[in-house]
Amino acid sequence: MNFFRINAKPGKITGILLSASLFLLAILGYAYTSHVRHQENPQDKVVPTFQAMGEGFYRTAFEEDRKGDLRLLIDTIASGKRFLISIALMGIAVLIGLHMGVLPYFEALLLRFVTFFDKIPALALLPILFIIFGLGELSKIALIVIGVFPTIILDTYLRAKAVPREQITKGLTLGASDLEVAYNIVLPQIMPGVLDTIRLNFKAIILFLIAGESLSATVGLGYRIFVVRRYIAMDIIIPYVIWMSVLAFLADLAVRQFIRWRYHWQFEEA
Amino acid sequence: MSDYLLELDGVFKRYPVKTGGEKTILNNIDLRVRAGEFISVVGPSGCGKSTMLRMILGSEQPSEGSLRIDGEPIDGPSRERGIVFQKYSLFPHLTVLENIIFGLDLEEFGLLSRWLRTPGYRKHRRESAVTAQEYLERMQLAGAGEKYPHELSGGMRQRVAIAQAAIMEPRILLMDEPFGALDDSTRQEMQLFMLELWERFKMTVFFVTHDLEEALFLGSRVLVLSQYYESDDGSEGAKIVTDKAPPGGHPRPVESKYTAEFGELLGQIRRNGLDPAVRQHVKDFDLSHRDA
Repeated sequence: MNFFRINAKPGKITGILLSASLFLLAILGYAYTSHVRHQENPQDKVVPTFQAMGEGFYRTAFEEDRKGDLRLLIDTIASGKRFLISIALMGIAVLIGLHMGVLPYFEALLLRFVTFFDKIPALALLPILFIIFGLGELSKIALIVIGVFPTIILDTYLRAKAVPREQITKGLTLGASDLEVAYNIVLPQIMPGVLDTIRLNFKAIILFLIAGESLSATVGLGYRIFVVRRYIAMDIIIPYVIWMSVLAFLADLAVRQFIRWRYHWQFEEA
Repeated sequence: MSDYLLELDGVFKRYPVKTGGEKTILNNIDLRVRAGEFISVVGPSGCGKSTMLRMILGSEQPSEGSLRIDGEPIDGPSRERGIVFQKYSLFPHLTVLENIIFGLDLEEFGLLSRWLRTPGYRKHRRESAVTAQEYLERMQLAGAGEKYPHELSGGMRQRVAIAQAAIMEPRILLMDEPFGALDDSTRQEMQLFMLELWERFKMTVFFVTHDLEEALFLGSRVLVLSQYYESDDGSEGAKIVTDKAPPGGHPRPVESKYTAEFGELLGQIRRNGLDPAVRQHVKDFDLSHRDA
């Protein structure tokens, strides 16, 4: 059995077929379930047909609702904005982590606090955030920041710490100042790893985003699926979930490609 | 102003041990080094030769005693002391040329003007690039400027690391087992290369190695550091047990390695300095160098 051999080398076509097989299986399984249920009850809403989902997606994407909005567009823009603001704020987390990793006073000041802060379950803070910041944009972004910020800080800190001491000493003997060591030697070396961590945390960011939107929002991808849930509008929920996954996948892909392009020195490591 | 470039006065290094108390690694080291010397330091493992180098570098502090460079106390690593490590000397995210230019690039201009790429900075960078290119050629690396360190062989990497340090024209170049990870033939090539550089630039070099033959071949002055000796007061921790200029002038031709004189000295130091079983008495140390 090749499946249980370490040295097995699946051919190109075999590889593609294997990768595609589970996707196909899932789609076929869904189609079958939908077909069976619609034979029993043509009005079934729980497992809509592909055609119904296509129509639902078309309605949200290209037809104006009562208020004259293209729902998919405004939802995507609203959620996208919250997502991008959160990502931009992660830049601050990276800088804090970098300073903690390079400068002992920053480390002494912040490490224990951030480590503790990291353990606070962010979702449990949501009511507090709503009370303090109200139901507006601020509390939703605050939730994302509280949820993911400490992870990014700690990851950057650990990576900065792991840069060989020799590199820092070397920088100082070449006349670099302390901040030049941090920004010209340590930061560029850890950047690909830090971007990887941010990329892997996209999922957490989106999770917090949807949690925030589901509880208080007037627009947004997460808001929409919780609104149409009241009408069991699976023909909209499922396309929305797929749409969100595709967006997240593309964002992840973009960062991966950026890392490959910008930090090619770290590949083919001897 | 003192005649000496580097001075160590009564330097001790002690480390705390798990069982409590302290272990002395370096015991009362006195050393005076003139500019232009090629000092090679050799000793059995654990004798503290790298610790001594790191104290001169400034990344470690002595427990007692003082270290001075040009009469000024050493306080942290700085640009008058260059360093070449065995590993991690090069910045992996920079090309060979960028690595060599790194120190020059930081001169005069702050983070902000580098980031904004002001015209003054651009001009300065072009000039540095010309100097760096000269070094590349001297180091026989002319075609490698655009490569990244991971694309180079071990010998080439160390040549780049030497260029990177030497371009800053440090008062003293510290080298911590720089050829320790290289294969034998590359190692011999690098030794010759090092001597050539030393002659051309009139550098002062402080070269730590565990290879006695390398130390004797390269050094204009050889220091042997050893924790295996006998003294009347039973003191522990390494001392300088040999301090002498190897015979036959400096730099030496490669053939000098195969002379009887060289072999005899090699055997003598191996026995008295490096063999843990042979314990020389303090008063028998061969400290025949004129500065000892």
